[in-house]
Amino acid sequence: MRRLAFIAPVVVFLGIAVALFIGLGRDPKILPSMLIDKPLPAFDLPDARPGTVDRGLASTDFTGEPMLLNVFGSWCVSCRVEHPMLLRLSQEGVPVHGLNWKDPGDAGARWLADLGDPYSRIGYDPTGRTGIDLGVTGAPETFVIDKRGIVRYRHVGPITPDVWDETLAPLMARLRAEA
Amino acid sequence: MIAEVGHLALILAFVLALVQTVVLFWGAWRGDSAVMAMGRAAALLQLAFVALAFGCIAWGYASLDFSMLLVASHSNVDQPLAYRLAATWGSHEGSMVLWTLILALHGGALAVFGRSLRETFLARVMAVQGLLGAAFLGFSLFTSNPFQRLFPAPLQGAELNPLLQDPGLVTHPPLLYLGYVGFSTAFSFAIAALIEGRVDAAWARWVRPWVLAAWIALTLGISLGSHWAYYELGWGGWWFWDPVENASLMPWLLGTALLHSALVLEKRGALISWTLLLAILTFSLSLIGTFLVRSGVLTSVHAFAVDAARGSYVLAFTVLATGGGLALYAWRAPAMRTGALFGPVSKEAGITLNNLFLAAATATVFLGTFYPVFVDIMSDNAISVGPPYYNITFTPLILPLLLLVGFGPILHWKRDQWREVLGRLGWALALGALALVACLIAFGPGRVMAALGIGLGVWLIASSAVPLLRRWRLERRDWGTSGRLIRTTPLAIWAVALAHMGVGVTTVGVTAMSIFETNHVQRMAPGDTVQFAGRTITMDSLEPFVGPNYRADRAVFSVTGPLGAREMVSERRFYPNSQNQTTEAAIAGNVLGNLYISVGENDGIGHVTVRIWDHPFVGWIWGGAVLMALGGLVSLSDRRLRLGAPSRKMKETAA
Repeated sequence: MRRLAFIAPVVVFLGIAVALFIGLGRDPKILPSMLIDKPLPAFDLPDARPGTVDRGLASTDFTGEPMLLNVFGSWCVSCRVEHPMLLRLSQEGVPVHGLNWKDPGDAGARWLADLGDPYSRIGYDPTGRTGIDLGVTGAPETFVIDKRGIVRYRHVGPITPDVWDETLAPLMARLRAEA
Repeated sequence: MIAEVGHLALILAFVLALVQTVVLFWGAWRGDSAVMAMGRAAALLQLAFVALAFGCIAWGYASLDFSMLLVASHSNVDQPLAYRLAATWGSHEGSMVLWTLILALHGGALAVFGRSLRETFLARVMAVQGLLGAAFLGFSLFTSNPFQRLFPAPLQGAELNPLLQDPGLVTHPPLLYLGYVGFSTAFSFAIAALIEGRVDAAWARWVRPWVLAAWIALTLGISLGSHWAYYELGWGGWWFWDPVENASLMPWLLGTALLHSALVLEKRGALISWTLLLAILTFSLSLIGTFLVRSGVLTSVHAFAVDAARGSYVLAFTVLATGGGLALYAWRAPAMRTGALFGPVSKEAGITLNNLFLAAATATVFLGTFYPVFVDIMSDNAISVGPPYYNITFTPLILPLLLLVGFGPILHWKRDQWREVLGRLGWALALGALALVACLIAFGPGRVMAALGIGLGVWLIASSAVPLLRRWRLERRDWGTSGRLIRTTPLAIWAVALAHMGVGVTTVGVTAMSIFETNHVQRMAPGDTVQFAGRTITMDSLEPFVGPNYRADRAVFSVTGPLGAREMVSERRFYPNSQNQTTEAAIAGNVLGNLYISVGENDGIGHVTVRIWDHPFVGWIWGGAVLMALGGLVSLSDRRLRLGAPSRKMKETAA
């Protein structure tokens, strides 16, 4: 019996190690979202920015052309790293909508006032409820939604110029060309 | 040429680390002094070569050798020399070499100063260290070679993330590594003890200084990191429960437990196998900590598995080191001597309880950090874990622990009486209760947590002074005797008082910051004035400013408050090389709190968004950490004296 207490740590650890190993294989960067090729889950969120009218975000806003849905939070250091890239994209005319995820109060709005605002519409999701529906694991995360509101791709982590040029930009072009 | 020299040095160090392991295990097994001396020489040579490799990287940065991939991707011509040198460890590859360098320094120190240890035991400790060194050097060489060449060499390099170009971040990683690597020495001691099947008071006396030094470095490193986040990220947050932060907090929590249990082992010969287990697990968490952030100094939630080759290597290494250590533990520890018995009310029991709470707190942080990974495997749901989780799991574990901290130092070894304990602490308990009640009345019923936190803080600070005051016998008003008692107070008692007082100070700071922080946002132009938190804040000027590798909007404010007038300068910087923006907040502080001003976006017609915070007692958070580290340093200096002194002298002081 006493011996068991000494064996327990190694057994528990091996269990954790196996889990981590599987987790490593399931690299979140290549793990496809369970939403791929499914419509966006329904949501209708108010804007995170004070004083703007009708610029909140609903799942029905994703029609007509392919768009990006970027999950961000003012608390997220990588979002700050990604931010200049998003500003560039919005200047180039790429439609980017934002999900302000798990931000307290007007922290997200202040963050945007501070760093510049690349988003045409923003949904405010302080509780993270919509984030759960979307299967968000962390910020930043970006979904590519086609013109019929179907999720086509999920990118985890900041959009770097490489990611944009090699993956997202060709995908957007292809989606634009779709009937 | 320099890069090739460095690469060669790294390869030689790798081979030497392997030689060190094989030779020392062999020598210890055969009991051959000459062979063991050779192994120690290998450790010193390995140190020399790792230092050479590190120097080569630093030289590459100093001379802006853009033909080195590492240099080209983390520095450029405009970057000041100090930050180019800091980039030596600001990148993943360089930081791994720094880690190995610190490990080799520990190995070298053992080889030189460890002679008073039993020779075979020292040999086994250093053999394990050599194995760890080889694993890390192999990681550098096979998966993240810092000496990769770039052809053709560019004329200008990329830039170290501007957020990292800061004095705080220059010292933060080396301190953390000093902590992590220090725990590797405790790990090696534990493995060597398990191999020999022998643990005694001498073992604990040898391990404690290493654990203590590691703990001090980690304490300072974590608080530096937290302070950096506070002033650099531009919104005054100081802890985010980010995996990267948790990675350093977990070894700290468990290391704190190890520090205390090793004390019991040294003084009373109890908690033997538990201490060994802690030594193994603390290092294991340090390993996990390093690799959670291995893609650089700072990354996000997704740092785990950024590069599959590195991830697999690291995981394999962690599994071998921890799994091997724990398997050895399962095999050898049951046969070890069980410790001395102690009563339910005693210092041993108190420390056991402290260990249980710390271990449970570590487990909750571990679960919070890795839960997303586990859930992802069990089901197809992806989730993330944030501050609310820690508020309901971590806080309830920490509060009783904080209450207990006050009792620990005045408990007697072996057996004690409840009534006497309460008598000894009487006035400190009363003071804490008084603070609690006063705060409950002052803050109102809605802020019970605030009152509880402040009450605990007061109790911790008061109770930390109790052992000192009891010793000094000030109440007798015999100042000559008291003066002598104050002068002869052992450093160990000062150390405990300082460290525990630090815990109280941090508790007050955390409570005040969590509950009484206020802020105000306003668009301002030069000449505008705002009233906030009892102060009058006027923007005097707003002008462009050009730094060495950035442009900035610089706003100057004059602030008048109850403590007189002062000028504050806040900048919003743009780094064109990396297209990054940062905020340099203006911070004016004193013991009671900070005023924190950060300027936001310029609207082009002379207005900027200005955010102003009042951060009550925020400095206490880090002040307390510094006190804890200071307590550690005092204890360390005491230990060195005792280690250096022959045992005869110890008997004299005891008599």
